[in-house]
Amino acid sequence: MTLAAASSQAFPVLGMLVVLPLLGAAAVLLLPRSRVELVRPVAVLFMSAAAAVAGWIIVEYPVASGGFEMIVDQPWVAAWGISWKLGVDGISLFLLALTALLFPLGALATDPGHDHKAYYVWLLLLEFGCLGVFSALDLLLFFVFFEVVLVPMYFLIGQWGHGNARYSAVKFFLFTMFGSALMLVGILATAFLHASATGAPLTFDVVEIAQAQSLATTTARWIFLAFALGFAVKVPLIPVHTWLPDAHTDAPTAGSVILAGVMLKLGTYGFVRFGLYLFPEASRYFAPLMLTLGVVGILYGAIVATMQTDFKRLIAYSSVAHLGFIILGIFALNTTGLSGGLLQMVNHGISTGALFLLVGFIYERRHTRAISELGGLARPAPVLAMTFMVVMLSSVGLPGLNGFVGEFLVLLGAFEAHRWWAVAATAGVILAAVYLLWAYQRVFHGPARGENATMSDLRWRECLVLAPLLALIIFLGVYPRPVLDRMEPSVDALVAHVEAHDDPAGVDTAETEPAP
Amino acid sequence: MPQVDWAALLPQYFLGGGGLVLLTIGSLLRRRLPSWFATAFGAAAALGAFGGVIWLWIRVQDPSRGAFTTIAGTIGIDGFSVFLSGVVAVSVLLAAVLASGTLRREGLPVDEFCVLLLLSGAGGVTMASANDLIVLFLGLEVLSIAAYVLAALDLRRGASQEAGLKYFVLGAFASAFFLYGVALLYGATGSTKLALVAEFLADDGPESNALLLGGMALLLVGLFFKVAAVPFHAWTPDVYEGSPPVAVAYMSAAVKAAGFAALLRVFNAALGANAADWQPIVYAIAALTVLVGATLAVVQSDVRRLLAYSSISHAGFILVGVEAATDAGVAGSLFYLGVYAFLALGSFAVVTIIGAGPDGRQSLDAYDGLAKRSPTLAAAFTVLLLAQAGVPFTTGFWAKLEVIGASVEARSYWLAGMAMLGAVVAAFLYLRLVVRMYLTAPADGKRPAVSRSAGFVVAVCAAVTVVFGILPDPLVELTNDATIPLGR
Repeated sequence: MTLAAASSQAFPVLGMLVVLPLLGAAAVLLLPRSRVELVRPVAVLFMSAAAAVAGWIIVEYPVASGGFEMIVDQPWVAAWGISWKLGVDGISLFLLALTALLFPLGALATDPGHDHKAYYVWLLLLEFGCLGVFSALDLLLFFVFFEVVLVPMYFLIGQWGHGNARYSAVKFFLFTMFGSALMLVGILATAFLHASATGAPLTFDVVEIAQAQSLATTTARWIFLAFALGFAVKVPLIPVHTWLPDAHTDAPTAGSVILAGVMLKLGTYGFVRFGLYLFPEASRYFAPLMLTLGVVGILYGAIVATMQTDFKRLIAYSSVAHLGFIILGIFALNTTGLSGGLLQMVNHGISTGALFLLVGFIYERRHTRAISELGGLARPAPVLAMTFMVVMLSSVGLPGLNGFVGEFLVLLGAFEAHRWWAVAATAGVILAAVYLLWAYQRVFHGPARGENATMSDLRWRECLVLAPLLALIIFLGVYPRPVLDRMEPSVDALVAHVEAHDDPAGVDTAETEPAP
Repeated sequence: MPQVDWAALLPQYFLGGGGLVLLTIGSLLRRRLPSWFATAFGAAAALGAFGGVIWLWIRVQDPSRGAFTTIAGTIGIDGFSVFLSGVVAVSVLLAAVLASGTLRREGLPVDEFCVLLLLSGAGGVTMASANDLIVLFLGLEVLSIAAYVLAALDLRRGASQEAGLKYFVLGAFASAFFLYGVALLYGATGSTKLALVAEFLADDGPESNALLLGGMALLLVGLFFKVAAVPFHAWTPDVYEGSPPVAVAYMSAAVKAAGFAALLRVFNAALGANAADWQPIVYAIAALTVLVGATLAVVQSDVRRLLAYSSISHAGFILVGVEAATDAGVAGSLFYLGVYAFLALGSFAVVTIIGAGPDGRQSLDAYDGLAKRSPTLAAAFTVLLLAQAGVPFTTGFWAKLEVIGASVEARSYWLAGMAMLGAVVAAFLYLRLVVRMYLTAPADGKRPAVSRSAGFVVAVCAAVTVVFGILPDPLVELTNDATIPLGR
């Protein structure tokens, strides 16, 4: 099994990537109170350094590996067998890169307006947490990062948000904490049961636990549910999604970009790394449920998005739909679907990140997000309108842009595995075109009245922020091979792992297949 | 005349003896002593006790010497008792420091406060090391009676008198229950010595009879009252609201630790063989305590009542460790107690700062916009609150992990799950305070006056919370070594 193959490197690049934002936070904190103007450059400098390291990791990552690379392993709490074990494989590689890219862009995009120092410290701490989640190979370390991201995001939404920010911040915190409460019990149960089944000392090492598969089938299913609740809140899946529209709408621009671009992926990534990898049989068992929730998310998100009057809320609901696609791809449980789901995670981060940036720019100029108060913006701001169109089309899934590749692979994979779910999901593609094009039409076309007529176009700094995202939208749409090449060995190994650990007792396969 | 290892009683000398010396000096030289004398004396005595604790710890952990008992086996000096004595000594120390900057300003008698503090601490140390039910009762009474008076120390305020009286009447009831339980247990096993009780039960097999079960039930009632477990918690909010906040800071840290010392020593060690009899009760009470404490805390508008209910919820978490009835459960409970002492002391130190002044503003409104008025204080309080909510990189996270881990290891999955859901409810109430401090505009721009001593206590507590939150290993090792061998 290549999945467990590990190679270590002399220099802990991955450790450096994770720690850089933390150092940045310390540096910003130590800046003298009188030099406020230095805060943003220093923060962006550290974030850019992290982005550079992430780029270096992509270059250094052995394309055909499929296993965990660049492993860092430092003991943390010896009595509990908890260690700082970090590693990257084809699944986490591009999520790390996406995180490292979106943070400096979000930090550069808009000015927080007040309390600059605290704002950038929280952003840097948030980046630390997100990078940690994507690289942790120790269950408890993962949980620590998964929980700790709540605090910076809570303050970012609460202190620098708009509208009903306090309510949204608390709701975000409590929903996510509720989800992960039972996950901690699940993590502890996994480790203790693994230790008692194998007789090995207590360990939270993901690779070791996943390879041993020492848990009884029913137990594993229960624990999978405990994990799934935590991830479902983060994704979010339908019954537990209500925090998302509030948090996205009321967060400051950078907060929305990070929330949509990075933090929702913590949930989907969790499903892949800790759902599929740790509990392959349970993942197969619950796949129909997860697929159904995914499809419900696609359709519900799209329909509700159509009805929104608030521009930011519309994009927030479109995220619910897009994340449904990702879940659909993951739980197709074949290489095509899973690769598509992973690629779609990156794509969604890029396009929705860009959409939130653009809406943020419009809000800074017009101080409103109500679609009805905007109109005809293409006339005073042609560059903004053009950019918006490209990003929106990528989000809709137009061939030639990045969104198409991921969505197509997801639908293909889902169709191979579970035909009717794929058919239902396709309706979501059409609905996406409806709500986004309709919104575009109302905001950018028609006569520009009042303040809309005099709105200024994008400034050079804003163009600079959007340029890398636009470049990636086009590059990944035309030539996704470099990304897929690095993902596929890991995805193949994971799919093989899931198939190898089917229920030994032989669950009736008709149960997991839909009736044709 | 039993053989006595005098050196084993070092902490008692410093706390109990120090209390009596201070009482004598104070009454003889009342007018001539400088104002700082009493608190400095109290802090020095607590520091001495802590030194004794460290010396004993080294001695107990030395493999060639190990744990031992003295005074005819009624006092047990082992890792467990030394660790909890340390928690009590630190609580006394920080409470004395806190008192130095607070009591005089409030017009409260400083000498009496320090005397009572030291005596109560001596009772707590005795409880932690009691190896005999009668000695345990002595410790309990010394600790409690001093605490009743501490609660009523603010004589001019009706609320303080009411708190003292309420605490006293209910506490006396609980003591009666406890004593009756001791009597029944003696009848069932033929001894009040914990080691002999354990031996009797081990030899005789864990056979249950009405006398034994009744004794256990009554002991549980008495101890549940001390640790403020639901449904024996009703006194807590009233006492926490009425008593001087400095006294509450001490009570929430040390009285709780001493109460759990008794609970763990009697039930997990002496009655461990009969765990199947008492576990179901503790299971139900633990779940109830976590959930009821957290839920009722959410609707409070007075910060002292809020913290009182939150302390009830924390007691439920520690009970989750007790319920596991394993060594890991004991270690987890000890870890939680050690961590919680700092969280409680730090939080109530903040309460003394914000509630300073004649009007004593204790409603949540007093915290509006604290981040604008005093950023450092707000940040430290936020650390303490987030730790209580169990956020990673604080000690609170590891404390929850320790007890939930022990519970999961003992296969009490549902209890662990309910406790975690209680933690989410509790998180809401800590966020309420954080929202007040950071996301609400201040009513006025007044900076709270942070006295040097109160600031010191808050800083120490926040620093301990963060440092051991990032590097918990030493504390984990410490509590894993703090076992109860229960010698004769």
